[in-house]
Amino acid sequence: MNLIDIRGLDKSFGSAKALDGLDLAVAPGEVRGFLGPNGAGKSTTIRVLLGLLRPNAGQVRLFGGDPWAGAVRLHRRLAYVPGDVTLWPNLTGGEAIDYLTRLRGAPDKKRKTELLERFELDPTKKARTYSKGNRQKVALVAAFAVDAELYILDEPTSGLDPLMEAVFTECVRELKRHGRSVLLSSHILSEVEKICDTVTIIRAGRAVESGTLPELRHLTRSRVVATVRGDASAVPALAGVHDATLNTSDGAVTVAFDVDDSAIGAVVSRLAALEVTAMTVTPPSLEELFLRHYGDPVASPAEGAAVR
Amino acid sequence: MSTTLTGVGRIARHILRRDRVRMLVWTLSLTAFGLYFMAALTNVFDEAALAARAAIMSTPTGIVMGGPGYGLDDYTAAVAMANEGTQWVVLALSIMSILHVVRHTRTEEENGLSELVRASAVGRQAPALATLLTLSGLLVAIAVLTACGMVAVAPTTSLVDALAMMLGSALIALVFGALALVMCQVTAHARTAVGLSIAAFGLATVIRAAGDVQERGGSPLSWFSPIAWAQQTRAFVDLRWWPLLLAAGAVVVLLATAAALATRRDFGAGLIAPRPGRADASGMLRGPFALAWVQQRGALLWTGLGLGAMWFGTGTLMSTLDEMVSDLVETNPVIGQLFGTDPGMFAAGFLDVMMMFTGVCCAAYAVVMGQRPRAEESGGRLELTLSAPLGRSRWLTAQLAVAGLGSIALLALSTYAMWAGAVLVGVTDPGLDRYTAAFAGYAPAVLAFLALTAALFGWAPRLIGLAWLPVAFAFVIGMFGSIFDLPDWVRALSPLHGVSAVFTDGVDGAGVTVLSIVVTALAGASFLGFRRRQVIAGS
Repeated sequence: MNLIDIRGLDKSFGSAKALDGLDLAVAPGEVRGFLGPNGAGKSTTIRVLLGLLRPNAGQVRLFGGDPWAGAVRLHRRLAYVPGDVTLWPNLTGGEAIDYLTRLRGAPDKKRKTELLERFELDPTKKARTYSKGNRQKVALVAAFAVDAELYILDEPTSGLDPLMEAVFTECVRELKRHGRSVLLSSHILSEVEKICDTVTIIRAGRAVESGTLPELRHLTRSRVVATVRGDASAVPALAGVHDATLNTSDGAVTVAFDVDDSAIGAVVSRLAALEVTAMTVTPPSLEELFLRHYGDPVASPAEGAAVR
Repeated sequence: MSTTLTGVGRIARHILRRDRVRMLVWTLSLTAFGLYFMAALTNVFDEAALAARAAIMSTPTGIVMGGPGYGLDDYTAAVAMANEGTQWVVLALSIMSILHVVRHTRTEEENGLSELVRASAVGRQAPALATLLTLSGLLVAIAVLTACGMVAVAPTTSLVDALAMMLGSALIALVFGALALVMCQVTAHARTAVGLSIAAFGLATVIRAAGDVQERGGSPLSWFSPIAWAQQTRAFVDLRWWPLLLAAGAVVVLLATAAALATRRDFGAGLIAPRPGRADASGMLRGPFALAWVQQRGALLWTGLGLGAMWFGTGTLMSTLDEMVSDLVETNPVIGQLFGTDPGMFAAGFLDVMMMFTGVCCAAYAVVMGQRPRAEESGGRLELTLSAPLGRSRWLTAQLAVAGLGSIALLALSTYAMWAGAVLVGVTDPGLDRYTAAFAGYAPAVLAFLALTAALFGWAPRLIGLAWLPVAFAFVIGMFGSIFDLPDWVRALSPLHGVSAVFTDGVDGAGVTVLSIVVTALAGASFLGFRRRQVIAGS
């Protein structure tokens, strides 16, 4: 049984549609990335999961139960880090952590001390004097100090410096080793690529891609740059080849193009006939995947000029 | 123009634009209140009624509620307006000024808005000056409108005197606005700045009352209170302008102080550096009740100290009651006809009015604390709290229980502080049991304000500011109900109506029962509403 199972979720605020038939699932032991640009509906989805918002349509199951009706019972089994952490201004960071972990049951003093050290957080400061990054650390420590089945993290690294991001990555990997499940919402692709097994990409309230990272890469193109001695003029016209450029210098021809991963075998064998002297094939990064879904692909200079 | 003031014009325009509705509401409601007051005095009160009113205004109760008592011998509607109305006009304008100043300076600094503004080509003192300029404009507009309105309502009124009364009141409000600006430099927290400024106003009220009770027309003590400066212009009796020079001087001194303090502190900081606190929470901080207590105890402690001192001081005023009453009855037989010659009845009448003030103070505290759950929600902290295995009802119970117990504790403290003050100066009638009865009668009334705020939180969280309306209504009815000549059923809408004569006539048992039922129903409704609605952060 999936810990999170969302099917066809609709959610509107007045006339504005925030979620439009969203599907999302997290299996036990899975670390799922939940990727989308600002305003795509990631936080709305999480608030529905936490029983704070009521869905308009669709099925939402958290640990197999209804997140609205069973909020208290279900929350015993999860920990949550909001994207924009606000704390009680007159409590210190340490007090806020203790309060939050006590609400969830048995606090673990040793674990708290260890996490405070790893995140280099001073717990004696009043929350109102913390920077955004430090408030985020308070919520992270409070969540990781709890032994939960499921961790729901909503853009948890916003405001953290790269060193702290590394600590965060390490903490999530530990959770994974211990068989815990994580839903990690983010717009930072490298973070998701490093940590997650599976990814759901959401745009305008709808899941546009979902699967394991290798699966998603199959949907995309690789970048090929090859230097050949033969006549490469036919290469741009091959099936599956896009955005090709040819450069000739000192008699050698450098051909660069994107190729559909499904056509890569045929294209490479055609290249081999052209006396290849150097070749690189770059697998698609999540970045490119993301850009294909969210914006126009990175325009080449020629196209850019034409548009202008 | 010096560079610390660059950008004043643009910021001032921005304030006017953002606050246009708020300013309009203040202007219309204050002007309407002033005009209605004037119209009621002119039309409802004939000469004999005004003379009787003048007699009431010469009693200690009248002096505390009204003013120093200029022109009591020839009490016209305009004189009554100046003698009784000035204090309340100053109160309303001062609260408006304090809130305006803090909202546009410290609040913006605290929530980070002004960081954006100050990072652009804007001088250090520009936001403060723009705030004061817009406030002054608003005050003058209200003062001139009301003064002209008074003349329109009662054409025999002198426009110059009306302007003196209203502009004087506005200037005193500006003194408290400037004081709020100083407080905004001292403390880093908007809420503390508002609290300190209102406490200063309370102190000024007590000093004015204590000073004026000693002597018709005010004693030297009265002059230590800015409120007296407006009343001492003797508008409509024997106008003099020079007391307002004191106010102008105070504004200049306060502004210079604020400017000097502002250049000595860092952006976002107060004068007191934050100290490190506990690394671990105490064992007590466990669960929503403990957190609500930790959140509210500071405000409860300070409000308790302030109100306790104020009502204790008021209780000690009662020693002068007896002598004054016998003097008054000798010199003015109207008083004897109105109240009888039994000094005990005077004390009871005095305490009825003071209990009404106590009730309004505790109601205001209840509304402030009843709005805390909304602040938790819009600030996003509720989302974090409810992601834990904690039910909504339990959380709301904790917030409301601590708020309710705090309000009741304040009510008890105020009531018994007044009793203790009276006992200290040898006034033992009414006895302790009567105070206890008053406390018991007022408790459900105070809780009604909290329950109403909670119901708004449950069903219409965005409209929770409306919870202030019943407080203002109860105050206006309690204070001016007799002048306004309102039908009984309108007066009965005030939660404080059933207990308005608790010392003279005792508690209206049926009224208290009805009120208790209303409180229970509203509280139940608040839970019902909150359980079924969505939790949404942000305003």
